[in-house]
Amino acid sequence: MAKNDLLGASLWDAYSNKVTTLMNNPQHQGEIFEADAESRGNKLIVADFGAESCGDAVRLYWEIDPKTDTIVNSKFKSFGCGTAIASSDVMTELCIGKTVDQAVKITNIDVEFALRDSPEIPAVPPQKMHCSVMAYDVIKKAAGLYKGVDASSFETEIIVCECARVSLGTLKEVIRLNDLKTIEQITDYTKAGGFCKSCIKPGGHEAREYYLVDILADTRREMDEEKMKAAADAGATGDFENMTLVQQIKAVDAVVDENVRQFLVMDGGNMEVIDIKKGDEYIDIYIRYLGACNGCASSSTGTLYAIEATLKEKLSKRIRVLPI
Amino acid sequence: MKVYLDNNATTMVDPQVVEVMMPFFSEMYGNPNSLHKFGTATHPALNKAINQVYTALNAGDNDDIVFTSCATESNNWVLKSVFTDLIVNGDKNHIVTTEVEHPSILATCRFLEEEGVKVTYLPVNENGIVEAHTVKSFITEKTALVSIMWANNETGMIFPIQEIGEICKAKGVLFHSDGVQAVGKIPVDLQAVHVDFLSMSAHKFHGPKGIGALYIKNSQKLTPLLHGGAHMGGRRSGTLNVPYIVGMGKAIELATTNMEEKITAIRAKRDRLEDALLELSNTLVVGPRESRTPNTILISIRGVEGEGMLWDLNNGQIGASTGSACASEELEANTVMLAIGADNELAHTGIRLSLSRFTTDAEIDYTITHFKSAVARLRAISSSFAIQKPTKGGEVQECELHH
Repeated sequence: MAKNDLLGASLWDAYSNKVTTLMNNPQHQGEIFEADAESRGNKLIVADFGAESCGDAVRLYWEIDPKTDTIVNSKFKSFGCGTAIASSDVMTELCIGKTVDQAVKITNIDVEFALRDSPEIPAVPPQKMHCSVMAYDVIKKAAGLYKGVDASSFETEIIVCECARVSLGTLKEVIRLNDLKTIEQITDYTKAGGFCKSCIKPGGHEAREYYLVDILADTRREMDEEKMKAAADAGATGDFENMTLVQQIKAVDAVVDENVRQFLVMDGGNMEVIDIKKGDEYIDIYIRYLGACNGCASSSTGTLYAIEATLKEKLSKRIRVLPI
Repeated sequence: MKVYLDNNATTMVDPQVVEVMMPFFSEMYGNPNSLHKFGTATHPALNKAINQVYTALNAGDNDDIVFTSCATESNNWVLKSVFTDLIVNGDKNHIVTTEVEHPSILATCRFLEEEGVKVTYLPVNENGIVEAHTVKSFITEKTALVSIMWANNETGMIFPIQEIGEICKAKGVLFHSDGVQAVGKIPVDLQAVHVDFLSMSAHKFHGPKGIGALYIKNSQKLTPLLHGGAHMGGRRSGTLNVPYIVGMGKAIELATTNMEEKITAIRAKRDRLEDALLELSNTLVVGPRESRTPNTILISIRGVEGEGMLWDLNNGQIGASTGSACASEELEANTVMLAIGADNELAHTGIRLSLSRFTTDAEIDYTITHFKSAVARLRAISSSFAIQKPTKGGEVQECELHH
């Protein structure tokens, strides 16, 4: 939110001239009938995607030459807004002349790009980017029908943001590599979530299988767990001085547990770590004796030296143990 | 020809209203709270405006009608101050409203829910209104406020405010009505109907934007929303917006003088337009005519998506509106349409046409012609009317999109 967001976007003014022109006068709208296709020795494939009750519906017609698997003609029918009609029109144009295998590689990004007036300027405003996704979906469905396979078999990866075609794998990788902490950062780095916003969190335009908020939370948790594990491992190998306070306390506790506590408990005593302060010369570990250790003569002499020597050996030579 | 049929969104300011406002910008610009003549010179005009508003609504001298910046402010004021007065500083914890209120009610209620208030959002029937007995059955001992709109912005349907008012009075529960779509469009007589609070906005009845009011029955307690220099008797601080108050007074007077004649004239044009559009096959208008504000039509055109229709109307210089999914920034489906619940397809094919007293017969004729040709063009493109059926397996099994 800033100066440019004070007035809502003027939706229609952000459409490219191509979108406007094709909405007003689509070139490939219409039907191909089965009898006509057959009379030309071709096979007709007709696929629907979406429904009137969803707010968007498209019917794609492919007339395919079965000898070459080439789409010799294509038409569409659309129930939808201007960008849906323009996207469908460009989609059919992109299909004509391609083989089914080539056509199935057409994505919504290609459709949107074909609607641009100039390569740098998006054809539609962000919230309309999703309209071209239906083009991708209906093409896959038509190809599946022709090849007798399920449309999902054309998917090679899990797409989380359809508008920007960003996969689950990419998102996790980018979050890790760049140590991303917010959804806004994810959008800045990958464009995911920057368009129709359905993939950000539940409750958007469309229900999704994966949401950015969950992916971010899961990945961050994995990263934290790895970091903690690494820190714990580092404790054993001597990187004690670079740990956070909490990690240092845990590392001290771990060493005490393993090497010291059992002997104190045997004599009816115990100890706890109160605080750790890092000085220029020493790392001071403040401890408190519990039970029988309180007042025991050895607690300020032999036992104390033993604790300090163990911690020095296991964690850092700069450690000084101070009972309070 | 340009035709503006989005008068439920906002209206043209009547030139007579602009005329009475003009002296209060650069001639009589004093602060009404000042003691000097620059300030007091505005008082006659302000008093006149106050009287115009009281007369138009038949409000009593013991009632307050406090000028605000708009109905959104008035709505926020009632909800948030009832929360302060009766929930935070009282033993109530419940508000009753409807699913089809304006966002200034719904979003405020959601905000109050986060503060711990229980809110009941009543459903509407197939005509898009809440029935009085439904309201009655949801009022409890803990209910602080019932807030129900007088007329709906999308459908124009008029709610049973008189009955609901009586129920609230009998139960001793405060009753607020968002009267934005009623004031200036249909008679609103505050002696005949019991409401504790009524919100209104001048730009819905040919007044300027940025001025509205809140009616408060019997000057009863309602903690201010805006604190400051104790303007408007301490009820709403902020230097009085003199030209806009004067304009609102004139606008409400113009809207309510000879109101039955005005209503008859608008209704005749609305009905003629509606009859002509219903000649199209597979169309549906929400709500019986006699139960609607006289200027409003919400029509569903099967096979024609709302934003696509608006686009074609816009190409023909006709301004209308739709709450359908694709047309809003948020890509949300029309809440009223979904609430009516009769047919999901309605939520995406609804077009709202709202007339004003300035709408002419020639504009209606022009609209009928363009509307019909737009429907013909878009139905020719529409998949809903395609003949060739999908290849086996190519049908849509279920709604693959969210809405």
